[in-house]
Amino acid sequence: MIQQLFFIYFAFAITGLSLLVVTRKNPVHSVLWMLLLFFHIASLYLFLNAEFMAAIQVIVYAGGILVLFLFVVLLMNIREELRIGKYIGAGPTGFTFAAALLVVVFMSLRSFVAAPPGIYSIDLIKKETHTMVLGKLMYTEFLYPFEITSLILLVAIIGAIVLAKRRLKT
Amino acid sequence: MDINNIISPQLLDAFIKFGINVLVIILKIVVVLAIGLLHVAYATYFERKVIGHMQVRLGPMRVGPHGLLQPFADGLKLFFKEDIVPANADKVVFYIAPIIFMAASMVNLSVIPFSYGFTIADFTISPVIADINIGLLFIFAMAGMGVYGIFISGWASNSKYAFLGGLRSAAQVISYEIAMGLSLVGVMIMAGSLNLTDIVRAQEESVFGMFAIPQIVGFIIFTIAAVAETNRTPFDMPEAESELVAGYFTEYSGFRFALFFLGEYIAMIIMASMATICFLGGWTLPWYITQVVPFINYVPGIVWFLMKVYACIFFYYWIRATLPRYRYDQVMGIGWKILIPVALANILITGLVKIIMTMYGA
Amino acid sequence: MPGTYIPSEYLPVLIFIIIATAFGFGALIIGTVFRLKKPYYEKLLPYESGIDPKGEPRTRFAVRFYIIAMLFVVFDVEAIFIYPWAIVFDKIGIFAFIEMVLFIVILLVGYIYAWKKEAFQWD
Repeated sequence: MIQQLFFIYFAFAITGLSLLVVTRKNPVHSVLWMLLLFFHIASLYLFLNAEFMAAIQVIVYAGGILVLFLFVVLLMNIREELRIGKYIGAGPTGFTFAAALLVVVFMSLRSFVAAPPGIYSIDLIKKETHTMVLGKLMYTEFLYPFEITSLILLVAIIGAIVLAKRRLKT
Repeated sequence: MDINNIISPQLLDAFIKFGINVLVIILKIVVVLAIGLLHVAYATYFERKVIGHMQVRLGPMRVGPHGLLQPFADGLKLFFKEDIVPANADKVVFYIAPIIFMAASMVNLSVIPFSYGFTIADFTISPVIADINIGLLFIFAMAGMGVYGIFISGWASNSKYAFLGGLRSAAQVISYEIAMGLSLVGVMIMAGSLNLTDIVRAQEESVFGMFAIPQIVGFIIFTIAAVAETNRTPFDMPEAESELVAGYFTEYSGFRFALFFLGEYIAMIIMASMATICFLGGWTLPWYITQVVPFINYVPGIVWFLMKVYACIFFYYWIRATLPRYRYDQVMGIGWKILIPVALANILITGLVKIIMTMYGA
Repeated sequence: MPGTYIPSEYLPVLIFIIIATAFGFGALIIGTVFRLKKPYYEKLLPYESGIDPKGEPRTRFAVRFYIIAMLFVVFDVEAIFIYPWAIVFDKIGIFAFIEMVLFIVILLVGYIYAWKKEAFQWD
């Protein structure tokens, strides 16, 4: 009962906050609404018994990527009045794509079958702590994805520097 | 009409239980907050006093004996000061920036444990408000939130000094956040947990009694990063008075300025508590001290905890009075070129030593 | 959809967040009753060493800040991968250690590249 109430609150709050994020004219206000949005998503992870994911949500998304957004917003010095016609004019196309996406989501939801529960029950995760369970799986079973991640991060470092290199020299 | 017809007795019981729980939590929070704010008030007083004496001055002397009431006078003054919002500032963001900054550092108090749980007349009191498994990550997350307060206050003020101060400070804080996170990985390896109480327990059971001895490299990196995170001298770039006036809070006055001030001092106390819990053994003493002087066991743990925290805070005052300020390029250089590679090396060496120790059964 | 689990140990954190925010707002709102308020043009000008402000206050800034923010995100993610590794280190042992050496060495390549390209250099 209580869980459902919480979920209803989070579902509505997350949807509403997302709308606020995309409709603000001032990008800094958008970023602040997004901050609140990320906190709601983190709390949703807590209800899924995934506290480490909640911490990542706040540390990486709210503390890292959103700060990067702030830097970008300030770097480009976007003013409140600035509106680029190219993106505003693309409204009908955007709505078409959104509607198509909604249809796809509904169709995939209809064929959705819940997987059988694995060995990690709520009690087990609670006993061993979520971080421990996650670590054990990630560094044994999902070893290759983990190592590939480091390559992706390497590409990200090189990409960031190559993009800005020309600017650095001047 | 009977109340049983409206809600079932079980549900009512559950509600009452929940209400009592919430009341206990609120009581705990109020106590911790009151003690914390008192500490902040006197941290400002002792900072002025200690630095005064280091510079052969007396420090505050006028309000009360030896200036002991000075913090209250300051608080009252700031409370009644005019609150100026500069023209063309983004009013809403300008309003909430100091609140985000202060709340982000204040919330950290909820995961700091002060002692083991103890029992008084059938009541088990755990001296931590929220005993969560990811306490350490929670503190990292909230340290990241402080950046928003800094950044958006600089942006909202609509002033050049504030904007540049906010920018510099944000870049500095995020740079040192990585070094701080990596410096604590050694502690995580040795303790095998992110829960702050477990970390203290692991230290009590370890050979050295505190992680500051085997993790001396991590401890030094953490201390440097903590000073830079809280924007204190010698890393007080954003507030470099001679360059940027007062940095990101140049345009703040009255009680909003006080909120920034409060946030900074709470952050300093949190960093001192982190150093105490992760490296200095928290409220426990190493076994080699308790065995030599056995009667020391009768002193409650919280006394040791507070003494260690005060020692750390004194150290922050000391370096403020001693060291000159770094240049900005030096600040970023120290963070990226020295602290991060040394912290990574420390992680690998700690892992290697641990493996060798388990191999030879030590 | 959350099933049967309520993260009750996080309730105090939620209450603390509410109290801390209320403290901030409360202090500011109560203060308005006692505070004097006499704004005039010169007082409301942003501080610029005593002269009238010139030009756009939110100026464009060096691209280096942006690179630092990008590198921060990458290293933040890296650190996030190291934390659970440190926690399970005892359980997995030498195997985990070799994995992490590989992980860190690959990232060190990027780090050295960034250093060589003077991304950490502020002139």
